[in-house]
Amino acid sequence: MTATATAPSRRTAARRLTTRVGRVRELGIVVALALVVIPTAIVNPRFVQPQSLRDLALNASIVALLAVGQTLVVITRNVDLSVGSVLGLSAFLTAQHFADHPGTPLLAGIGFGVATGFACGLLNGLLVALGNVPSLVVTLGTLYVFRGVDYALAQGRQVNASNLPDALLDLGGSRVLGVPVLVLVTVAVIVVAAVYLRSYRSGRELYAIGSNPEAATLAGIPVARRTLTTFVLSGLIAGLAGALWVARYGTVDAAAGTGLELQVVAAVVVGGVAIFGGSGTVAGAALGALLLGTITSCLVVLQIPAFWQQAISGALLLSAITVDRLLALRLAKALRTTEGTSHA
Amino acid sequence: MKTRSLLALVMTGAVALTACGGGTTKDSAAQETGGATNAAKADPNAPLKEGLKITFLPKQVNNPYFTVAQKGAESAGTAVKGEVKATGPSDAAASSQVTYINTAAQQRQDALVISANDANAVAPALKTARSQGLKVVTFDSDAAPDARDVFINQATSDEIAAGQVKLISEAVGGSGEIAILSATPNATNQNAWIEVMKTELAKPEYSGLKLVETAYGNDDDQTSFQKTQGLLQAHPDLKGIISPTTVGVAAAARYLSSSEYKGKVQLTGLGTPNQMRKFVQDGTVKSFALWDPSKLGYLATYTAAALASGQITGAEGEKYQAGDLGEYTIGAKGEVVLGPPTVFTKDNIDQFDF
Repeated sequence: MTATATAPSRRTAARRLTTRVGRVRELGIVVALALVVIPTAIVNPRFVQPQSLRDLALNASIVALLAVGQTLVVITRNVDLSVGSVLGLSAFLTAQHFADHPGTPLLAGIGFGVATGFACGLLNGLLVALGNVPSLVVTLGTLYVFRGVDYALAQGRQVNASNLPDALLDLGGSRVLGVPVLVLVTVAVIVVAAVYLRSYRSGRELYAIGSNPEAATLAGIPVARRTLTTFVLSGLIAGLAGALWVARYGTVDAAAGTGLELQVVAAVVVGGVAIFGGSGTVAGAALGALLLGTITSCLVVLQIPAFWQQAISGALLLSAITVDRLLALRLAKALRTTEGTSHA
Repeated sequence: MKTRSLLALVMTGAVALTACGGGTTKDSAAQETGGATNAAKADPNAPLKEGLKITFLPKQVNNPYFTVAQKGAESAGTAVKGEVKATGPSDAAASSQVTYINTAAQQRQDALVISANDANAVAPALKTARSQGLKVVTFDSDAAPDARDVFINQATSDEIAAGQVKLISEAVGGSGEIAILSATPNATNQNAWIEVMKTELAKPEYSGLKLVETAYGNDDDQTSFQKTQGLLQAHPDLKGIISPTTVGVAAAARYLSSSEYKGKVQLTGLGTPNQMRKFVQDGTVKSFALWDPSKLGYLATYTAAALASGQITGAEGEKYQAGDLGEYTIGAKGEVVLGPPTVFTKDNIDQFDF
C-alpha cells in the first residue's frame, strides 16, 4: 500500500515540474526566438556580435514599449488602435518643442511628449469607459483624429537632427554597461507594468474584467475606472515612445509611426496575450515584439530577396504562433490528466 | 467572433492605407514621355498675363518635399503677378487628386501645376480640364503625356544616377564593395536610377567598385534602419552605401552616426540639406545630392504662366524665360529639365535651407 502510493506521488511531482515549466507561456516565444537566431548565427556569425545584438534590442524597444501599454488594454478585453497615431503626434510635438525652444531640459522635453500621450489616452479612455462605445470603434476613430491633428499642426514641416539638442540624440545611441539606454527604459517600463499586473489588487482586477466583465461588475470591481486607467496608461506609454522615437531616428515629420499599431497588436498576440482578454503578460508581449523584429532582421542578414521578405516574415510569424500553440495544448492536456491534484 | 472579423477587416484596411504612403522621390521617375499635341501657335514675345489663377496640386499635402516646392511655386506666382492656390489630398493614393483637378476646372483656373500620384489615374480628369482651357504642367512625377502640356523633370535619370556613383566612388576612394538602399522594390524612378547606376558601374573607371546588394527600406525609418544593419552584417567588407531616397539616406546616416561603423562605411544619396546637415557636420556623410524642390516648383509655375500667356504651347524647341532661373527650352515629348542636381558638402551646405 505504501509502496504503490509513493510511486504516483513522485510521478505527480515530476509532472508538476514539467507543467510549471510549460506554464511559463513566455518559454514558447524564447524557443521560437532561439529557432530564429541560432540558424542565422550559424550562417552569419556577425548576427550575434555585440553591435548586432544591441541593434536587435534597440529595433524592438519602441514596439515593445507600445506592446506593454497595449497588453494592459487587451487584458481588459479592449484594444487601442490609436497608439501609432499617438506616437506620431507625441514625436512631432516633442521634436518641434525641442527645435523651437533650444535649451529645453531633456527631461522636460520628454515629459512634454508623455503629457501629449496622456491627453490622447485620457480622451480614448473617457469615450470607452464613460461613453460605453466599443474600444475598437473609438480608437479606430481617434487613430485618424490624432493623425489628422498631427498633420494640421505640422503643416508639412520636418524636424531634422540638426535642430535637435545633442543630449536628446545621444540618448538614442548611448549605452550603460554596453546596454543601450532606450532598451533600459523599455525594460524598466516592462518591470513596473509586470509587477503591477502581478501583485497589485487593481492589476489583478484587469484580468477579472477581461475574463468576464459582467462578473467583474457584480464582484464590485470599478470596471469603468479601471478601463479608463488602462487607456490612459497606454496613451502615456505611447507618448513616451514618441519622445524616444525622436531620440532614435532624429528626423521627424507628421507621418512618424504610421501603421505601427499593426506591429504592436501582432507583437501582443504573438506574445501570448489573449485578444479576448483575461490572460497574458507584458513580458510575453515584449518578447513578441523582440521576436518579430528579429525575424525581420534575420531575413535581411540572410539576404533573402526583398520581394519575398514580407511573405516569409508572415510565414515565420505563423510558425512561431504554431510552436507556441502546441506548447499551450500540451500544457492543457497535462493539466487535464493531473486534474484533482491541487494546483496553486 | 464578430469582433475578431471586424478586427481583421480593420487590419486589412489599415495595411492597405499604409501601403500607399507618400514619398518624396518614390515615384518621381524621369518617365518616358510622348509629345503633347497642340495646334495653337506660340508667340514668344507675348507678355505674361497678370492676375493668372494657378492651382498648385502636390501628391499630398504635409509632405515636406512638396512644402518646399510650394514655396517656390508661390514665389513664382508673386513674380508673374498671379495668384497661386495650393491644395491637395492628405494621402498619395492613385485617384485622390481627381476631385481637386475637377474643382480647379470648375473654378475656371488658368493653369494647373501638378505632381501626379499616378500617371494614368489622373489622365481622364486632366484631359477634361484641358478641353475647358486649363493649361496643365506636371512636375516631379509625370502624368500620361497626352494629358498635360509640359512636364518639368527635376533631372534626367542619367544625371542623377551617374552623379550618385561618382559621389560614392570619391567617398570610398575608388574601390571596394558598395550597396544600394532604395525605397520600395516597385518604385519606378528608383528602379530606373538603379539600372543606370549598374551601367555606370560597368564602366572601366569604376572597375574597383563592386555592387553587392540592393536593399529596400520602403521609405520608412524603422525598415531603413533594419536594412542598413542587415547590409553591414551580411557584407563585412562593405565600404559604401548609396541611398537615392530622402527617407533612406537620413535613416542610414542616423544609424551610422550612432554605431561603430561611423567613419568606416561611407554614405551618399539624395537628401535635403536640412535633413543631412547634422550628419555632414559630424563627418558621417561627406557629400550627397538633390535638386532644389523650390526651384522645381518655381520653374513649373513660371512655365504654367508662360503657357497661359501664349508664350509657349509645349512643342519641342520653344524657348522661354523663367524669371530668376533664366532661359529654358522645351525638349522632346514636351519635357523641360531643371538641371543637374546640386551636390552638397560640408563647405556649401550652410548656404541652403530646405
